[in-house]
Amino acid sequence: MELRARIPAGPIQQKWDTHRFEMKLVSPANKRKYDIIVVGSGLAGASASATLGELGYNVTCFCFQDSPRRAHSIAAQGGINAAKNYQNDGDSVYRLFYDTVKGGDFRSREANVYRLAEISTAIIDQCVAQGVPFAREYGGQLANRSFGGAQVSRTFYARGQTGQQLLLGAYQALAREVAEGTVKMYPWTELLDIVVVDGRARGIVVRDLVSGKISSHAAHAVVLATGGYANVFFLSTNAKGCNVTATWRAYKRGAAFANPCFTQIHPTCIPQAGGYQSKLTLMSESLRNDGRIWVPEKPGDNRPAAQIPESERDYYLERIYPSFGNLTPRDVASRRAREMVDSGRGIGQERNGVYLDFRDAIQRLGREAVAERYGNLFDMYRQITGENPYVVPMRIYPAPHYTMGGLWVDYNLMSTVPGLHVIGEANFSDHGANRLGASALMQGLADGYFILPYTIGDYLAQAKFDPVDESHAAFREVELQVEALTKRLLDVNGSSSVDTFHRELGRVMWDRCGMSRNESGLKEALAKIPEIRERFWRDVRVTGTGESLNQELERAGRVADFLEFAELICVDALDRNESCGGHFREEHQTDDGEAKRDDDRFAHVSVWEYTGRGNAPALHKEPLEFEYVQLAQRSYK
Amino acid sequence: MRIALHVWRQVNAGARGGFERYDVPGITEHMSFLEMLDVVNERLVEQGKEPIAFEHDCREGICGSCGMVINGEPHGPVRRVTACQLHMRSFADGDEIWLEPWRARAFPVLKDLVVDRSALDRIIQAGGYISVRAGSAPDANAILIPKRNADMAFDAATCIGCGACVAACPNGSAMLFSAAKIAHLAAIPQGEPERFRRAYQMVAQMDAEGFGSCTNHGACEVACPKEISIDFIATLNRDLVRAELGWGAER
Ligand SMILES: Cc1cc2nc3c(=O)[nH]c(=O)nc-3n(C[C@H](O)[C@H](O)[C@H](O)COP(=O)(O)OP(=O)(O)OC[C@H]3O[C@@H](n4cnc5c(N)ncnc54)[C@H](O)[C@@H]3O)c2cc1C
Ligand code: SF4
Ligand code: FES
Repeated sequence: MELRARIPAGPIQQKWDTHRFEMKLVSPANKRKYDIIVVGSGLAGASASATLGELGYNVTCFCFQDSPRRAHSIAAQGGINAAKNYQNDGDSVYRLFYDTVKGGDFRSREANVYRLAEISTAIIDQCVAQGVPFAREYGGQLANRSFGGAQVSRTFYARGQTGQQLLLGAYQALAREVAEGTVKMYPWTELLDIVVVDGRARGIVVRDLVSGKISSHAAHAVVLATGGYANVFFLSTNAKGCNVTATWRAYKRGAAFANPCFTQIHPTCIPQAGGYQSKLTLMSESLRNDGRIWVPEKPGDNRPAAQIPESERDYYLERIYPSFGNLTPRDVASRRAREMVDSGRGIGQERNGVYLDFRDAIQRLGREAVAERYGNLFDMYRQITGENPYVVPMRIYPAPHYTMGGLWVDYNLMSTVPGLHVIGEANFSDHGANRLGASALMQGLADGYFILPYTIGDYLAQAKFDPVDESHAAFREVELQVEALTKRLLDVNGSSSVDTFHRELGRVMWDRCGMSRNESGLKEALAKIPEIRERFWRDVRVTGTGESLNQELERAGRVADFLEFAELICVDALDRNESCGGHFREEHQTDDGEAKRDDDRFAHVSVWEYTGRGNAPALHKEPLEFEYVQLAQRSYK
Repeated sequence: MRIALHVWRQVNAGARGGFERYDVPGITEHMSFLEMLDVVNERLVEQGKEPIAFEHDCREGICGSCGMVINGEPHGPVRRVTACQLHMRSFADGDEIWLEPWRARAFPVLKDLVVDRSALDRIIQAGGYISVRAGSAPDANAILIPKRNADMAFDAATCIGCGACVAACPNGSAMLFSAAKIAHLAAIPQGEPERFRRAYQMVAQMDAEGFGSCTNHGACEVACPKEISIDFIATLNRDLVRAELGWGAER
């Protein structure tokens, strides 16, 4: 397998411009002759579908929820970054670029990140024009807040519901194209495989989740915008339906998987309570703007927070990182929280959290101003825990949240399978080993509104297409395989529910391949995962039939894929014998416990190629070069 | 805790449904309502029975997937929250709890508690957007918007499209849902050019989908988990009148 990143030559500031000029165009009259499939209707998929529709392509868009508006992007809380410098605090495209490369601990592509920073400003313009009700100042200008890993205020937000408002903007743009007839929407439809004909992605096989019918869709190009895989941990901040199925099945059809072990553990989530818990709830990073994180100085201190005097509190992030304080990047903040809990200074009944305290903010700004900024998050917290965060500090703890890894793509966002493009969280692109807060929304929309619509044209204009439709033998063959898999799941007829296995897998992944990793733990996981998988295929019980709405069957298919994919994560984590960003190998840390990279051996993207069932995946390396941001030990002190 | 559930079970859209009773011991008050249903479903699966179908995804009250009528109330007894944000501490040991799908002419039941809400998508497709091509927007601060208007737009825009308002309405009207979108886009200057066309077309679509008309019951506002105000319906009505006089008459 040859990896061609296709990064344009020239100075970084001009690469994208030059590239846009050099790409081939599809003439307006010809666009409607091209069929494009977009799988996913989150920020990436909805924005891409809408924009491709506007351009005149013939688009079909799929999602597994009952409406495209329910994609997981809807749940994003805190905000979206853009280098607008509206605050006049020294921000610039270059600074956003710099912060993102550094925040990602030097494991992303400079050219991609620069392009992202450059496009960020147009995203805000676009969203405002669509009617997204961002927060504003009294003078009518847009307001900003700060996020981790930055010393400027560049985050745009809509209270604690930024993802919702951005997604509704994209969803409405999509709705308009559906009405225009340029996009046909298939909700409640799950992708179960990709169809490759003569080396090119030419379509997909899907299951209608209401009728159970399996069918094929052919096209000239396929775009995956299917989100991230943090649910491999079972408990995560992701929506319950988030899965790896689309990208995993594409992997098995030849799309290489990049950096699967780069997973992000978010520092501020509501701690787990009880074994029946079905998911973890994020408390937005934006809370770290005004909330102060602390634990009692003495281990085992049982007093309620209010009774612990100032002098006996350890505001550990402010102490260790005086210049970034509570706004250190996520990976750093998460590891420190764990350290506090592991040293016996955890708080709450189960001693499994740290405090996020708004006492000082309420004193300084008043309760109303705090409510204005975070009201809905406070309500959500109260609803879940039964505690009032205006009065007692929040309890928080890290939880799996985001996945930087994903299908490998070149500068044009195309995978190693020609014609198969991957956008949003599903690709590995721009965040390196750690994503900065408020940058996923930015990336999803950059990919969907402003990058893919150009680059896919370049592919379509150059490729020679044989006429292929759903009657092609390749489609029937894949359909039969999909039907066989469905039948196999239903036929096991064992005794344990799908969730039992998912929970067990999640536990192994969290313990052995979560916030920190080491060689022996990873090896243990690699022994354990196949064993769970084998038991799954022997003992899972999927009730009902394949010819009807069957949520157990949907889940079973997703968990079956997680059970395979988890192994690849661990293989990658074991191979990457260094620490970087969210990938913390205990063997490699600095004296004060920070991630210690090994740039000589690991300044590359690890790209895994499927080599057939039961075979070890093949590793390819895309070297990373840093011309503009000097490789250095990250410091937030 | 031990509770008893009476759940609407219906095999598919064509089948006749009915309530089935489940005895549910071993529940704790910290569980969310949906986690309680997860437990019930796991037990059903272990007995080889089909679990209860219900929609859910985010489990944080934002995606609008979950929706069920709990003891006669859409999203259950606690105001301003979705079914997924309910906790068992809102119920008492020994409670009998009745679970039904949304009931409305425009929302056919597909299975158990799952209904087809695609009619809401079609209302948005009829005009619930601002037409702006990607890449053609002016600088975001070029048009200043008073904070008051931006806040009002936001309050209307928080609608999650769950359909509880429709389920609560004795007429099965989608007025609150439609009004929320119309008021959101009417509160900001960008929404102005298509304002009356939007109101006219969305309401026409609502009628075409078989939603009932609004007779000011106010049940929608009570059921709405996002506190969408019934005042927005007044905005809708005003815009509709102007649409019929102006834009509608032009057609
Ligand atoms: C709680 C939470 C808060 C967050 N807050 C922020 C924030 O403040 N700022 C920020 O920048 N980022 C935030 N993030 C991250 C960000 O929300 C996501 O990374 C981003 O929204 C992903 O968008 P996406 O379009 O790539 O995928 P998604 O929104 O996950 O959409 C995936 C789509 O793919 C479809 N799909 C998936 N699999 C299949 C299949 N097999 N067949 C058919 N369809 C399929 C789904 O139906 C869905 O439409 C947050 C994440 C979480 C979990
Ligand atoms: S108006 Fe309220 S009840 Fe109706 S769909 Fe929107 S959020 Fe749900
Ligand atoms: S599951 Fe998303 S709102 Fe309830």
